[in-house]
Amino acid sequence: MDTRNDETQPARLHTIISGTADRLVGTIFLLPTVLALLFLSIFPLIASLYVSLTKFDIALGGFKLTFVGLKNYKDLFTGSEGTHFLGEFAPNTPLTWTVFGLIVIALAIFLARYFLNARISIGGLIGRLMLTLGLGLSSWMLVHTLWNGGRLGTASITLVYVFVGIFFQYILGLGLALLTVQNLPGRRFFRVIFLLPMMITPVGVAYMFRMLTDTSKGPFTPIWQAFGLTDFSWVNNPWSARTAILIGDIWQWTPFMFIVLVAALESQPTEPIEAATVDGANSWQIFRHITWPSIIPVSMTLILIRLIEAFKIVDLPNVMTNGGPGTATQSLTYHAYINWRALDLGASAAVAYMLLFLVTFFSMIFVNLIRQQTVETL
Amino acid sequence: MKSKNVLLKLLSLMIVSSVLMASCGTPATTAPEAATDAPEATEAPATETADKMYEGVTIDILTFVGPQVAEPLQRRGPDFTALTGATVNIITVPNSELYQKVLTDAVSGTNSYDGYLFAPSWIVDFAPAGLIEDLTPYVEKDAALEWDDVAPFFRDFNSYGGKVYSIPLDGDMHMVYYRIDSLEEAGLEPPKTWDDYLAVAKALHGKDLNGDGEGDYGSCISKAPGQQSYWWIWSIAAPYIQSQGSNQGPFFNTKDMTPLVNNEAFKRALEVYKETGLYGPPDETNQGVGDSRGLFLSGRCALTMDWGDIGPLAIDAENSKVVDKTGAIQNPGSTEVLDWETGKLVACDATTCPYAVDGVNHAPFASFGGWAGAVNAAVDQKQKDATYAFFSYMAQPAQSNADVVVGKTGYNPFRISQFENKQAWVDAGFSQVAAEQYLSGIEQSLNSPNMAADLRIPKNHEYIQVELDRILAEYIAGNLTTDEAAQQLYDSWEAITEEADREAQLTFYKGTLGQK
Repeated sequence: MDTRNDETQPARLHTIISGTADRLVGTIFLLPTVLALLFLSIFPLIASLYVSLTKFDIALGGFKLTFVGLKNYKDLFTGSEGTHFLGEFAPNTPLTWTVFGLIVIALAIFLARYFLNARISIGGLIGRLMLTLGLGLSSWMLVHTLWNGGRLGTASITLVYVFVGIFFQYILGLGLALLTVQNLPGRRFFRVIFLLPMMITPVGVAYMFRMLTDTSKGPFTPIWQAFGLTDFSWVNNPWSARTAILIGDIWQWTPFMFIVLVAALESQPTEPIEAATVDGANSWQIFRHITWPSIIPVSMTLILIRLIEAFKIVDLPNVMTNGGPGTATQSLTYHAYINWRALDLGASAAVAYMLLFLVTFFSMIFVNLIRQQTVETL
Repeated sequence: MKSKNVLLKLLSLMIVSSVLMASCGTPATTAPEAATDAPEATEAPATETADKMYEGVTIDILTFVGPQVAEPLQRRGPDFTALTGATVNIITVPNSELYQKVLTDAVSGTNSYDGYLFAPSWIVDFAPAGLIEDLTPYVEKDAALEWDDVAPFFRDFNSYGGKVYSIPLDGDMHMVYYRIDSLEEAGLEPPKTWDDYLAVAKALHGKDLNGDGEGDYGSCISKAPGQQSYWWIWSIAAPYIQSQGSNQGPFFNTKDMTPLVNNEAFKRALEVYKETGLYGPPDETNQGVGDSRGLFLSGRCALTMDWGDIGPLAIDAENSKVVDKTGAIQNPGSTEVLDWETGKLVACDATTCPYAVDGVNHAPFASFGGWAGAVNAAVDQKQKDATYAFFSYMAQPAQSNADVVVGKTGYNPFRISQFENKQAWVDAGFSQVAAEQYLSGIEQSLNSPNMAADLRIPKNHEYIQVELDRILAEYIAGNLTTDEAAQQLYDSWEAITEEADREAQLTFYKGTLGQK
């Protein structure tokens, strides 16, 4: 009796099952995580996109979402929310034309240099065209709202918070880091002290700065009185109110820059610095040619992280100024929050999507910058 | 078709759920209940509850963050537990988020709260959607509530379509408070018109009012965005716009529902409101009512406009520097009123101002209307009964009469007996004169034939607390001229009316004014 068939059939079956199981096991193990990720990350993103195309209303026993197409986005650019979002545009003047003209020339040079480069790719071309267009439009908005009777909208105010805030946070963080890597007495103590602001909840920081900037009953009242500024208030003028918020934000987030830059400075090899010192290089030359190139990649990553985070600022303007005077200190997140509070979920989601677009746009510029700088450094 | 509908419902549910999860951190679990008919109360209201008939029941009440308003609920919760066995949890959120919290909780079907202590003007949004319980059957069987003792205005303000939807725990009415000593010293009379108000504020601004050697303020009126400036502006605007009696209404033209804001009267009110800031603290544009109230009580303001809270707070010697120095009057009026046809201000005479006193038209504004308790229509019957019983317990004279005379509660008188029994106020620490003056200020307003009620039509939150608040903030900040602010407000209110259906809104509005 030929038993080969009897023996091989179970073996073949086992092979098939085993093979199938091997192929599926990865998928099966990954599936819960993928589904969880899809549900928690991707689905809300798509759902909020749909919400941004609808109008929310109360209906009998619940609610209804009415599809309104791009109306919520149109309102942000040309409709009732236009001034709130983009700002009040001042008429063109020779100054605005000059400043904008210079920016256009700079962007044209940037594009021309790319076209003159032999390594042109479709992706690179599209990216640069989008970058040029985005920066051009942002510049147009800023030069028409920053002065001459113009008024900033929540988009421009957010950009001010992000770029001015991060600039000072980085400069101060780097300065403190350079100071505390020196062999100075008490440096360990000050490293801990400098970190404290970062550990306080943003709402706590906001209340603290609200108290500090209160000129009538805050702790600095005697100083204001000594300077004859008893009738002065930080919150009456748009720029002083924004400055107060920026000071609070810079105070809170400088430690983040500081601690990472301390780590970067301490991890650089000492040999090149010793060699430069032996060769007679001064401190500035050592910083410029050795330290700075070595911390550029860390700095870029650091700025990118802060960039993404800074776009979401809301606690400080909400607590310190209630977004005022008028809407002068409202960020995009605050703008979305106000719409959400008014149950205008569609408009709120549309603002949130514009914020997402801005964060992605500026983050991509930075990622490309990091890549470029890293390649150059290496 | 059916499966498409199911899919659409599911998608809608998931969308709102995800928004809620992201924003509140509270998982939304079920779809909104199907359209609910007004449920009926199954038993007599449980207000005489010595038998602990709610043993094991826990009720969650949502209201605005304290210390006022929430404080009496928190303080009396354990007493209610001892009486009925029901455990009371008070959950608080900022005032600016309360409307949204109530609505998202109810419409998403989350139903985390059994009851809400909120603005009674919101019941026009919640009642037609079946989100809050019709309390009429409860009230009718609840002798301990003494519903007839509640002042008629507040009974009406807490009803919709002839049914009671919320139980008042507080009666709100704006009044002007002044420093008796400072005005006497300067030889000034309490203001009768808003022009007088500005003149008094100007005269006393910079004078030392509390004896600390520093200059103080002529007027303190909250102006911060996102706070309550939208009520203050209507207190100023009402006497300029409404002159023909309470059923005329100051917000919309009852012919066609066009807003009464792009005219000389409302523009004058805007100017007055802004000008009060010239005689106020330097950071008044960022001050909420708590700040301006604190300044008045610390003796730093000659004038302020507020609800009834200042009366009881002013007699608290521990926290007040204006004990027996605080006078209260109904809101100032105007000698000119709006001609609704032309949009111009015209002088008061027997025709234009039939209710004027000494040539001054007053239209005291019942801003907000007072905190009131409503019951979630979607919770279990036992929860509803216990929640109603708690609100009833809080509103009953035994508790309410004690709470309204204490400043920290944030509750102001709303019962007829609370105005009549002046001894209770004297017992609480008022001098006889102060009690009479304070209560007469409120009574003057309540008894006025030209009192202006707060807006009570669907989307009133959007009209007032969103659009008016934003435009007013821009105006106070100097970003808009008076004409621009009035025009923007007119346009934005027109857009809301159009979207909500003009005819339906007009019917609602006329209904709240008692017009047909």
